[in-house]
Amino acid sequence: MTTQGNWYDLFSRGARDWLRHNQKVRDAVWRSLPETLSGADILGNPDRRTVRIPVHLLEHYRFQLARRESETGVGQGSDVEPGDVLRPPQTDSGEAGGGSGEGEGEPHFVLEMKISDIVDWLWEELELPDLKPRASGPVVEEEWQREGLDRHGARARLDRRLTMKESIKRRIVQPEGAAITDDDLRYRQLVRRPRPATAAVVIMALDVSASMDQRSRRMAKHLFFWVLQGLRRRYRHIETVFIAHTVTAWEFDEAAFFKVSASGGTVASSAFKAAHGIFTSRYDPSRYNGYLLYASDGENFREDREAAFASLERLGEQINFMGYVEILPDVRGATDTETGRIFDRLTQAGLPAARYVLMDEEDLWDAIRTFFRREAEQAA
Amino acid sequence: MKPLPELRHYERAFNHLARELGLDYYPLEIELVPADFMMEISVYGLPVRLPHWSFGVRYIHRLIQHRMGHSKLYEVVFPGNPGQAYLTDTNSVVENTLVIAHVLGHADFSKNNQLFRSVQEQQGHHIVEQAAAHARRIEAAIETHGAEHVEQALDAALALEPHIDWHKALRRPRYPERPEEETRSEAASDFQRRFEALTGEVRKHEIPAPGQRAPIPPYPERDLLWFIANYAPEMEPWERDIFLTVREESRYFYPVFACQIINEGWASYWHARLLREADFLEDQFYIEAMKTHSDVVRPYAATEQVALAINPYHLGFTLWNKIVDQQGMEQAWRIRQNEDDFAFVRNHLDTETANTLGLFLYSNDRNGKVTVIDSDINALHEAVLASKYNYAAPHIVVEEIQRDNGLILRHDYTVDGIGLDPDRTRKVLQYIKKIWRRPVQILTLDKDGHEVSIAA
Repeated sequence: MTTQGNWYDLFSRGARDWLRHNQKVRDAVWRSLPETLSGADILGNPDRRTVRIPVHLLEHYRFQLARRESETGVGQGSDVEPGDVLRPPQTDSGEAGGGSGEGEGEPHFVLEMKISDIVDWLWEELELPDLKPRASGPVVEEEWQREGLDRHGARARLDRRLTMKESIKRRIVQPEGAAITDDDLRYRQLVRRPRPATAAVVIMALDVSASMDQRSRRMAKHLFFWVLQGLRRRYRHIETVFIAHTVTAWEFDEAAFFKVSASGGTVASSAFKAAHGIFTSRYDPSRYNGYLLYASDGENFREDREAAFASLERLGEQINFMGYVEILPDVRGATDTETGRIFDRLTQAGLPAARYVLMDEEDLWDAIRTFFRREAEQAA
Repeated sequence: MKPLPELRHYERAFNHLARELGLDYYPLEIELVPADFMMEISVYGLPVRLPHWSFGVRYIHRLIQHRMGHSKLYEVVFPGNPGQAYLTDTNSVVENTLVIAHVLGHADFSKNNQLFRSVQEQQGHHIVEQAAAHARRIEAAIETHGAEHVEQALDAALALEPHIDWHKALRRPRYPERPEEETRSEAASDFQRRFEALTGEVRKHEIPAPGQRAPIPPYPERDLLWFIANYAPEMEPWERDIFLTVREESRYFYPVFACQIINEGWASYWHARLLREADFLEDQFYIEAMKTHSDVVRPYAATEQVALAINPYHLGFTLWNKIVDQQGMEQAWRIRQNEDDFAFVRNHLDTETANTLGLFLYSNDRNGKVTVIDSDINALHEAVLASKYNYAAPHIVVEEIQRDNGLILRHDYTVDGIGLDPDRTRKVLQYIKKIWRRPVQILTLDKDGHEVSIAA
């Protein structure tokens, strides 16, 4: 007997398994996120809150024969003679004419991930190395705290429990009284109170001389971008300074810094002197934790060697940590660079400096981990 | 009349007519369901089936197809006692009336066809309920053992879905411990003796001396799901249950798969005949129903002249009409009882019919070039049937369990003529290894035609 029910709309098994598939894709993307992100274009649009990552559908594998040069099939039609060409060869492999190859023309979809989520996840175990609480920050931080009660206030802050208590107390003396009167109402109050703060300033310095090619600059900017995103998520109040240099150094605001391009020779000390100047004049070392992150290809005028070392030495005595990312265009093995030697000397002198040689975008997160997990490793 | 009472009216009338004309079937429960649900049934193969992410991928493919208007689903029938049929509630009364007549043909086929019967008798005629119970057991396993672990077992079991031996019993016992037992049971069966007496047949494995332990497997084993469930060195009981569940469902699908042309043809023959002989239908109704009929049973889209695939409805319908015309109804009843697609196509598709239908063989090169090639009727038969052997999966057997419990599989490339796709093969071996928990390898051909071993 033919029947008709209506319970089928309640749920969809197909949708449930599709969501499970998507979860698996998402997990796989998370696991390889640093590599995936290094390819994503995030600098183009600084206001963007999400990264879009194209992904393919997962395949559930089965035993399958290798593809033959040519497959035979049966067709049906009128006036077809042996030798007729029913479809010409496809020149463009991307233009799959159906059946010519699996995988082509497969539906794929775009996974959209919030930058803030990614950063939270990636920075979970990372932190500013050697961060010290300073006596009191220049800006006395204030925050809202709960304090006291009042008969007036915002509805959301009504304390129902205390209000009921008041009502019960009143009704003991006034047995015929109303259930609740305005006098019974109790609202929780908030006040602003100063809060001890850890203040920090991060100075990002970038070598934009002629020897830094497009790729190297892009890698450096990616690095700075993720560090900045991470620090901002992790620390509520952080100051940033952006410096770019060739033979001289300039300070930029953030937006301009990520677009900066220039050419010329390399005098690294110009940047270090600028950093030192900015740090000591604007930020009191007794109150601020200071950090320097410097990216360069390692080339520097030999005449500048001592000047650069001296300015870094002075800076190193005042700030918490100096990180140097050396971006090498390819695997030439020439890690023994001018700037590299300067940082090695600093480390040997017992100053808080570290160096990371970056050759590939895929190592970007490794570089960040090296600098920002330093303290955890030392403690371990 | 409202749609539902009107359909019930026609259903009763067609039931009466069908029995009168000799159709023989178990009672049939017909249910109108939403198009979305029909789509899910077609993706899962069963109305309620175990959950796995790969169904989600198929679902989304189907959904895209559906949105582009490429597919219209009319019916899904599940043989059993009672049989169950699902129809789309958005299709018109005319369409659904035609579909009811069609479904009666399927019900007759699945009750009487040998292949369906042999599988159904073991299964117990209640696959829809059984599959739902399987789904519930697996959901319980997810609760107990976690989605990740259950998924691991399902990844492996479903990847091996086509690799069963449906000739072997549903509740198949382990190999006999001692060789002489096997001599009594399997090797000494009447059929086996006659088979071995045939010229050129040699027993593949010598029977070991009495007292010696029989090797495992005693002969190359095709029933991979059964074998792993029974002989994996460290399998959990619930994982074993999953493997046997997938095997059971796979066995159920075999007749449906191996009787597509003959079964769809039979159902199409009967819907056409029932409509023709139904004196209770108004002329207008009949004409509209025949329009639907010709939409379903046609070789290629109305706008095309050539199709690179055959429509099984059309081919089966044509062959059945020819059989009834030339050999009579008595012979037709016998054929629906005894044959599957292999017999049906080879016995009844002759050169004349192939020419009338305009069937041709073509080659599809890797660059996408499609050329019509010369062919005879035997080549056509094999090309039509090529995708029907073994669920269109490569032929794979268990070769041996090694001393360290490593599993060696063998791809029978002499049948397939070409090696396995190495990347996919490695992935499947990785699935299996997670359940077998020892190294797993398979012997196949590389692209130069040399034997290689792929391992995981």
